[in-house]
Amino acid sequence: MWKPPTVIANTTRGRTTEETRRQYMSEHEISVTVNGERHELAVEPRTLLVTALRDELGYTGANVGCETGRCGTCTVAVNGETIKSCTRLAVQTDGAEIETVEGLADDGDLTPLQESFQEHHGLQCGYCTPGMLLSADALLATNDDPTREEIREAIEGNLCRCTGYQNIVDAIEATADRLGERR
Amino acid sequence: MSDADASGDSGDDGSGAFGAAIERGEDVPLLTGSGEYTDDISRRGTTHLAIRRSDHAHARIENVDTGDAEAMDGVLAVYTGEDVVESGVPNTIPTAWDLPGLVQPQYRMLATDKVRHEGTAVAAVVAETPHVAHDALERIDVEYEPLEHVTDPVEAVERDVSPVHDEAEDNVAFDFELGDADATDEAFADADRVASVDLRQPRIIPNAMEPRAALADWDETTEKLRLWMTSQNPHLHRMLLSAGTLGLPENKIQVIAPEVGGGFGSKIYHYPDEAVTAWCSMQLGRPVKWQATRSESYLTDCHGRDHVTTGEIALDEDGTIRGVRVETHAGLGAQLSQFGTATPSYLYATVLSGQYTIPAIHCRVVGAFTNTTPVDAYRGAGRAEGIYVIERLVDVGARELGMDSVELRRHNLVAPDEFPYESAAALVYDSGEYERAMDLALEHVDYDELRERQRELRDEDRYIGIGVGNFIESAGLSPSGLAGDLGAQAGGWESSIVRFDSTGSVTVLAGTADQGQGHRTTYAQIAAEELGLSVDDIDVVEGDTDRIPQGMGTYGSRSASVGGGSIARGAREVREKARRIAAHQLETSVDDIEFEDGEFHVAGAPDRSLHIQAIAHEAYLGHDLPEGMDPGLEETNFYDPENFTYPFGTHVAVVEVDPETGEIEIERYVAVDDCGEIINPMIVEGQVHGGIAQGIGAALYEGAAYDDDGHLQTRRMDEYAVPHATQLPDFETDNTVTPSPHNPIGVKGVGESATIAATPTIVSAVVDALEPFDVDHLDMPITPESVWRAAETGGDR
Ligand code: FES
Ligand code: FES
Repeated sequence: MWKPPTVIANTTRGRTTEETRRQYMSEHEISVTVNGERHELAVEPRTLLVTALRDELGYTGANVGCETGRCGTCTVAVNGETIKSCTRLAVQTDGAEIETVEGLADDGDLTPLQESFQEHHGLQCGYCTPGMLLSADALLATNDDPTREEIREAIEGNLCRCTGYQNIVDAIEATADRLGERR
Repeated sequence: MSDADASGDSGDDGSGAFGAAIERGEDVPLLTGSGEYTDDISRRGTTHLAIRRSDHAHARIENVDTGDAEAMDGVLAVYTGEDVVESGVPNTIPTAWDLPGLVQPQYRMLATDKVRHEGTAVAAVVAETPHVAHDALERIDVEYEPLEHVTDPVEAVERDVSPVHDEAEDNVAFDFELGDADATDEAFADADRVASVDLRQPRIIPNAMEPRAALADWDETTEKLRLWMTSQNPHLHRMLLSAGTLGLPENKIQVIAPEVGGGFGSKIYHYPDEAVTAWCSMQLGRPVKWQATRSESYLTDCHGRDHVTTGEIALDEDGTIRGVRVETHAGLGAQLSQFGTATPSYLYATVLSGQYTIPAIHCRVVGAFTNTTPVDAYRGAGRAEGIYVIERLVDVGARELGMDSVELRRHNLVAPDEFPYESAAALVYDSGEYERAMDLALEHVDYDELRERQRELRDEDRYIGIGVGNFIESAGLSPSGLAGDLGAQAGGWESSIVRFDSTGSVTVLAGTADQGQGHRTTYAQIAAEELGLSVDDIDVVEGDTDRIPQGMGTYGSRSASVGGGSIARGAREVREKARRIAAHQLETSVDDIEFEDGEFHVAGAPDRSLHIQAIAHEAYLGHDLPEGMDPGLEETNFYDPENFTYPFGTHVAVVEVDPETGEIEIERYVAVDDCGEIINPMIVEGQVHGGIAQGIGAALYEGAAYDDDGHLQTRRMDEYAVPHATQLPDFETDNTVTPSPHNPIGVKGVGESATIAATPTIVSAVVDALEPFDVDHLDMPITPESVWRAAETGGDR
C-alpha cells in the first residue's frame, strides 16, 4: 500500500516568489491603465502583455491559446486598437490605456453584445469569448451595419473550436441591428 | 426550419422547463472574464513546471545531465525518469480497455530507457517563474542514440522495422476481429456485384482552445493532494492517479475541474504531465503549476483517427446490400492511451452496419504501435471512422450499380418496425425512424430538383455535388456489464445526487464534467421538470471529487442521456419521498396525493395541498414524518442504462467545385438530427453546429502529418488548419424526435452526432461533383490541390 514519497531533491523552501525573482531578474517599471484603473508594475523585458495582464495584474479574462498570434483568445484593446496581447511586450505598452473583457460590463450590467452572445448561444466553453467580444466590438465601432461576410472576416483571427461560428455571427449581427434601431 | 427559439423562457411554473430554449446560466461569468479556468487559479507560493521533451521520434536515452539547469537561479529542482522510479510511486499510466492478446508495454511518467515519439517527456524542471523553468529546459543535456522509427500503421506491421516496443516485435498491439467471416465470404460469393474503396482517415489534433493545464498543491500536514486540472472526468483521473501513477489512497486526492475550455476527447486521458505536476508538488511541498504551450498540445494531446482501410461491399442488382468486409490498420501511437484500444476496435467495428440491414459483416482491425503521439478518442471516436467507411461504401456501391445513392440508401434502411434491431455487427439498436429523418433532410434541399439542376449545370461546365450522409451513433458507453464483457476496466454508469436544501432550494451534484456543453442549464431543466420547480431554484455542481462522491465523466455523448437519466431518476425518488411526507401531513393515503407544478394536493380537494419546498423544510425539521422514515430529502443515484442509445440522422451538403482551380464551395449544409427527446433546443443546435464544424474541418482542412524524420510537421496553429469563421458556411438544422425507449427521459445524446455525419457528407458531396471526371473517392483532407489533380487525371490517383 501507499508510503509517503521520498523527498529526493533539496529545495529552496519558504522563499517567496517576490524575493527570489529580484535575485535574478532585471525588471522595468511601467505603468498601464486597465479598464480605467492605473497600475504600476515591474516586468521583465521579455514579459508579454498578456502575461503581465494575467499574472501580474490578475486580469485573467484574456486567455492564452497559442502565444503565437494565431488564435485570438488573448485579444484586448490597446489605446483603442484591438490587438493580440501575446504579440506585444508589456514594456511596449508603458503608459497605454488597455481595455479587457473585464471592462465591458458596467457594474454587472452586460453590454448589448454580451447579452446577445447569451441570447444566441454564441459561446460554449467560453475560452474564445473574451477575444471574440473585443474583436466584435472593434467591428461594430467602425461598421454599424456589417454583412455576415464582414462579420466573419472581422472574427477570422479569433478561432473557436466549439460553436462553428454561426451563433457568434448571429449574436454580432443582432447587436448591430439592435444598436441600429436605437439610433 | 425549426430554428431554436432563443427567447429565454425561464420555465417559471416548473412545467415546461424540459424542452425549452432556456438561456445558459453558465454564460455570464464566461462573458465577463470572471470564469476561472485552471491557469487562472493560483496558490500562494506557486512554482512552475516545464517539461523537457524528446525531439527524436525514437531513440535510446544514453544520459541526462541536469547539472547546469539545477545550478540556475530560481530553479528549485530538475527531475528525470530515474528520480520518479526512485521515489517508489507506482509510475504506471494504465490502459483502461483490455482486448484479447493485447500487448501492454510499460508507460511511465517520465521516460527512462527510450523515447518512442517526438514529445516524450524526459525531464521536469520546477522553478520560481515559468520563464526560468522554460530557460532551464534548454540547459538540460540529453544524449540520445537514435533508433529507426516508423510513423505509418501499415508500414509498422508490414515492413521489417525496429519495434517501438520490444514486447511487440511486429508492432502489433492487437489483432481484432468482429462479425462472421464465413457468412461474409459466402455473401460476397453469392452477390451480383462487389465494390470497394481504399481509404485513409488522417490524424486529427483535437485543438481544444484551452491547452491542458494542472495546478497541484500537496499538503504535507494532511498528506492530501489537491489537483486542479483540465479534465472531462475528474473521478476517472482521481482513480488513475491513485491506482496508476501516484499510489496515493483515492481519499487523499481531490481533483477539481474548474471551467474547462473544450475537450473533444483530449481531456479524458491520464497523461504523464498532470501526474508529474502532482508528483513534483509532493516532492517540493509547494504548489506546482504546469501550463501546456500550444506546441506541447500538438505533440502530446492524444490525436484522433489514423486509419488505413480497405472496405468492400457486396450488392445485388436491385440494390440489396448482402455484406460488408473491412480491414483496417489503426495507428495507436507509441503508447496505449486509456481508450486507445477500444476506439478503433469495439467503438468502430460495431457501427459498420450504419442505418442499414446488412446480413453479413466482418471487420478486422490491426492495432499498430508507431513512433507517434498516442491516438485515442476524438469527437465521434470510432463511430465516426466506422460510419465514414459504410457511407463511402454505400456511395461506391451506388456508382457500381449505376443507382442513385439515395435510392440505394432507402432500399436498405432498417425499418421502424424492425426495432430493437440486432445488427450483424453485434449491436442492438434501440429505436429509429431513419427514413423520416432522411426524407426531411432531402425535402429541405429539394433533392430531385437539385439533381435536375446538377445535370443542367454540368452542360455549362459547372459542377455541383450533392452529398448525403446517414449516420447512427452508439452513445453513452454503457451498460457497465456489457462494457466489462468487451474489456472495459471501468463502469459505464453515471451518478448524481439530487438534494433539497432545508429552505427549499435544490442542489444537483453530477458526476459528469462540462467543457462547454451547458450541463448546468440542461441538468437544471431536468430536475426542475421532475420537481415542479423553476430552473432558478436549482444549482448544479460538477467537477470536484470532494463535493461529488462518484462519477464517470463526459465523453461518448453520454452526459444528457446517462448523467441526465441519473438526475431524473434521483429527482423522482426525491419527489416520491416528498409525496409520502405530504400524504402523512395531509392525513391521507399516498395514492390519493396528486402532484402538479410543485404542489402535492389531495385528489379532489385542491385546497388541501403542500408545496414540495415546504415539504423539504419539514423533511429536515424531522418533527412530523411518517413512522420509520429517516429525515432529509436527497437521493444518491447510480444509473446504469440497459443499452447504448442510438442517435441518428441525415445530413446533406451541396457543394460546387471548380475543376480548374480546385476550389470547393459549400453552398448549403442541412443537418437533420434525431437525438431523442430534446431538453434544450438551443443547446442541441449549438452541439450540432460545433460538430459539423469539426466534421467539415476533417473533410476539407485538418490532418496532422509526420515528416521523414518522424517529426510532427503540423506543430503550430499556422500549420494545422483549425477552421476559421470565413471557412465555414451557415448551417441549416432540423430535428425529428424518436425517443429512446429505455432512457428515463427518452434522451439519446447529441455531442458527437454531427461530427460523425459531416465528414462523410462533405466527402460524398465533393466526390459527387467530380463524377463526370470518374472520381469515385478522394482522401481527406480534400484540398483544392487534390480536387484539381483528380479532375486532371480522371480519378487515377
Ligand atoms: S494567445 Fe495570443 S493569439 Fe493565441
Ligand atoms: S466557445 Fe469554446 S472555443 Fe469558442
